[in-house]
Amino acid sequence: MLILECPYCGVKAEETELSAGGEAHLTRFGPGSDDDQFHDYLFMRENPKGVHFERWRHANGCGKWFHAARCTTSLEVFGTYAAQTTEPPQEIKDKITAKRPGWSWREFSDASE
Amino acid sequence: MSTRLAKQGRLIDRSKQIDFTFNVKRMTGFAGDSLASALLANDQMMMGRSFKYHRPRGVVASGAEEPNALMQLGTGDRYEPNQRATTTELFSGLTAASQNHWPSLEFDVLAINNKLTRFLTAGFYYKMFIHPRPFWKHVYEPIIRKSAGLGAAPDAELKDADTYEHFYFFADVLVVGGGVAGLQAAKAAAASGAKVLVLEQNAHWGGRAPVDGGTIDGDTPEAWVQNTLAELRGMDNVTLRDRCMGAGVYDHGYALGYERLTDHAPGQGGPRHRLWRIRAKQIVTATGAIERPLSFAGNDVPGVMLAAAMRDYVVNWGVTPGQKVVVATNNDDAYRTALALHDAGVEVVRVVDARDTGGGPLMEMVREKGIRVELGRAIARVKDGPRVTRVAICAQNGEGGAQEEIEADAVAMSGGWSPVVHLWSHCGGKLIWDKDHAFFRPDAPRPPLGDTGEGFVIAAGAANGPLGLGAVLQDAAAAGTRAAEAAGFAPQTVAASAGVAEDESPMQPVWLMPAKADITLRMKTWLDYQNDVKVSDVQQAAREGFESVEHTKRYTTLGMATDQGKLSNINGLAILADSLGAEIPQVGTTTFRPPYHPISMGAIGGEARGEIFQPVRKTPIYDWNDANGADWEPVGQWRRPFAYLRSGESRHEAVSREVKNTRENLGVLDASTLGKIIVKGPDAGRFLDMMYTNMMSTLKVGKCRYGLMCSENGFLMDDGVVARIDDDTWLCHTTTGGAERIHGHMEEWLQCEWWDWKVYVANVTEQYAQIAGVGPNARKVLEKLNTQAGGGMDLSKEALPFMDWRAGQIGGFDARAFRISFSGELSYEIAVAASEGQAFWDALMAAGQEFGVMPYGTETLHILRAEKGFIMIGDETDGTVIPQDLGLNWALSKKKDDYLGKRAHLRSHMADPDRWQLVGLETTDGSVLPDGAYALGNGINANGQKNMIGRVTSTYYSATLERGIAMGLVKHGPKRMGEVLEFPGTDGKVYTARIIDAVVYDKEGEKQNV
Repeated sequence: MLILECPYCGVKAEETELSAGGEAHLTRFGPGSDDDQFHDYLFMRENPKGVHFERWRHANGCGKWFHAARCTTSLEVFGTYAAQTTEPPQEIKDKITAKRPGWSWREFSDASE
Repeated sequence: MSTRLAKQGRLIDRSKQIDFTFNVKRMTGFAGDSLASALLANDQMMMGRSFKYHRPRGVVASGAEEPNALMQLGTGDRYEPNQRATTTELFSGLTAASQNHWPSLEFDVLAINNKLTRFLTAGFYYKMFIHPRPFWKHVYEPIIRKSAGLGAAPDAELKDADTYEHFYFFADVLVVGGGVAGLQAAKAAAASGAKVLVLEQNAHWGGRAPVDGGTIDGDTPEAWVQNTLAELRGMDNVTLRDRCMGAGVYDHGYALGYERLTDHAPGQGGPRHRLWRIRAKQIVTATGAIERPLSFAGNDVPGVMLAAAMRDYVVNWGVTPGQKVVVATNNDDAYRTALALHDAGVEVVRVVDARDTGGGPLMEMVREKGIRVELGRAIARVKDGPRVTRVAICAQNGEGGAQEEIEADAVAMSGGWSPVVHLWSHCGGKLIWDKDHAFFRPDAPRPPLGDTGEGFVIAAGAANGPLGLGAVLQDAAAAGTRAAEAAGFAPQTVAASAGVAEDESPMQPVWLMPAKADITLRMKTWLDYQNDVKVSDVQQAAREGFESVEHTKRYTTLGMATDQGKLSNINGLAILADSLGAEIPQVGTTTFRPPYHPISMGAIGGEARGEIFQPVRKTPIYDWNDANGADWEPVGQWRRPFAYLRSGESRHEAVSREVKNTRENLGVLDASTLGKIIVKGPDAGRFLDMMYTNMMSTLKVGKCRYGLMCSENGFLMDDGVVARIDDDTWLCHTTTGGAERIHGHMEEWLQCEWWDWKVYVANVTEQYAQIAGVGPNARKVLEKLNTQAGGGMDLSKEALPFMDWRAGQIGGFDARAFRISFSGELSYEIAVAASEGQAFWDALMAAGQEFGVMPYGTETLHILRAEKGFIMIGDETDGTVIPQDLGLNWALSKKKDDYLGKRAHLRSHMADPDRWQLVGLETTDGSVLPDGAYALGNGINANGQKNMIGRVTSTYYSATLERGIAMGLVKHGPKRMGEVLEFPGTDGKVYTARIIDAVVYDKEGEKQNV
């Protein structure tokens, strides 16, 4: 029963108010992409032990999708932010760097490294 | 014999006698008794039989950890199996029965298993019952199901007569456990002003301290408990709840409490159990410790009991399990039991202390009473039987030779204590092995973490490791202060109350008694009482290669019973570690999972049962439908009439009547449940072109178009008619079950992928009542309504042709009329405001009398569409079907560069010509094909099963054609017209059907386009 703060309405929402939407920051591949690109876009997902970026929807609340950066092992939440972005905001990345120096996740990582 | 003592019993009221029955025998006890103490007072030492060997078993503990004394309580709609006698408070009229025996507790046929213990070892079932394979289903499983298992399941036809509820609570500090540690921690936390909730699983506060003795602040522990309770009750920021167990700790400070409100007082009224759903900033687990049994042969014979439990029975309830008691121990605490028994006038025939050096002041106090204490000695075995009669004593450091037999009728054993770490561990708190005390205790630097990354659970008192009264209180006060501070309150230092008890000498780990017990002894030495796991079983598992503790647990079933190994786990781990030549901390523990102790299904369900299990969505016509014969069918959360039954009519007759009438006269359908989603904005057309496989941006205002929606991986997910309302507004109809899902799907793409597109979507499903007038007379009835109203919209073919829609007035109602047809007939779907739905329906029914109007239900809707070969999402599709499978290529736009699913349709499997495709099926004898039946092909597959080449997706009796009609997906189907396929049914019959065109009624579409 996680608690995530909805960045739109500011509610510290309990998991029963939310619905999970899987990995964040996917790049869509449509017509024109090759089979490998399309396959990876559809099916290949990160399964990290540690820092992870996920999509959540405040389904039983304001209805907005947002992103959450959290640790899959300790369940620590580094921050939540709006879904209308292609990468985590610098402020969130800094927070993660402070807590998990040397972190990396897909194309994103500790910039101080 | 076990009996009530003349004195003692701090919890019972001897002036209030209580009658109850056990196995149909009438017995009496006192107010304040537990069922276990009352049974002991009635000399009922044997309380059940074991799971596997059906050995006689008696009560071994006094609380929630009890593995043996499981009862079936109550009768009829209040019957419940597997309830512990130890946690059942006695009340007048209580009806209990022991379980797991046949025909009676005293004489049990399956006790023969006890003679077969040599063969029924670990993994026996896995090894024995694997061959021959068919025997499992028909021979082994029925026998095992009858002979194994615990209590009988309640009657499936009866509904639980009690009510239950959920309760939500937010606390700064949740303290689990109302012993002296919990109360001390609560006091310390509450001093800061934090909102504190304290849960105690028993009906009485104070935990073990009032039984164990010593002093707190110079007074008795009982007096301190009462004073502290009074103090806490006087504080506005403290809530105390007894009979409420902390059941589980979950992510980010969520916890469950399980309150038993009326188990002890049936008929009191109100809910029986209450599930507390608690969100706490900090949780203090003051859950105490549980005593471990000693592992010696016959340690499961009724009358062998944990030493502290025996002390509880004497001090709390004034009962003794025997008259001549042997005490066996590896620590000082058990001497308190010897003293308590002696004080109560019970003879302690021997104290057997496994330690060569013995104990401290407590041992001296026992010796001063004249009780014989032997050091370095062990129990070799307790003689088998329905109760203790003889106990053999030998040297601890040996194989069990040179035994001395003594007479005794009860044995008190203590193998040391284990902190109750369950709640600490539920959410990831780590443990550390404490070598001095031979137990796992919480590793404070590695607690479960909350959303901020800080720990949110603090263990306090014995649950944290300290066992002495003084150390417990100090640890608890510090824990309470720390919890309040972590919850954001300025800590107020509260001096811990001063606890004083006798000093204790170090305990000595004893995992087997005697240390080198031979195999005949080890095969009678029980680790897990409830699941009948012996020392020899765990050793055998280790020999067979089960090195992981989790694997050993599952192979031997050690710790898998309803008590979850509260007594046995550490002893089992120690045996496993020894067998593997490893240290205990290297072997580790199995995972602790909530709930701590079984909680009722009723409490989990709470109020969600019967009518309020799930809210029912009702259309504006619901009440009329209900009053006019609706045979309700659940469709998602909606209820829709399957058919409208007239008196004396069967379902089949009603459906056939509705089908014929709609085809020949006039049918009316309450279609209000259809999803209606408004899509609006400058980019709405562009957006819908991505959502639908068809082109929607080019749809003209006033026109309708049938559209398909695919998921990104190409599978059909919904369909429906889209109407263009104005320049930048479209109205998308979805399936009944799909409205919320499709609305969410649209929102997801708009918010997460195309967030710069200017589009709003709104789900307006419930804003409109939608009523379909269907059949040759559909236009006539609507025109009559307009005539009666003195005018209205032009409903002629020229003004409102097929697949057009208009807004205007019909019969005086503001309405939208859609010329769409899911039946193949002349059809108008009329949408009016939801508030006017019933009035419009009434007007339509009245005006329709002369045209033969009849309402029709979902089954008729299905048959009408199937006769026309129209697909239904969820029938023809199942999440693996693409539009091409259904011959819907015409709906896949070739002009668009992109839409959801377009790229996926190019994948090799999607373009495979061997995919099953939609066809019509016609039985050779006119019968109705079974739904879901598979078509047989030639040969067999790699698993030896017959190859399948198709399946039935929709099948009905067509009253129009007077025979069965069906649709199905068949490999190369459209190329195999006229071929006859075989469909084996589950009824043993083989149906034969010919492949035909899916459209079996009005193929040219002349009837709908008039």
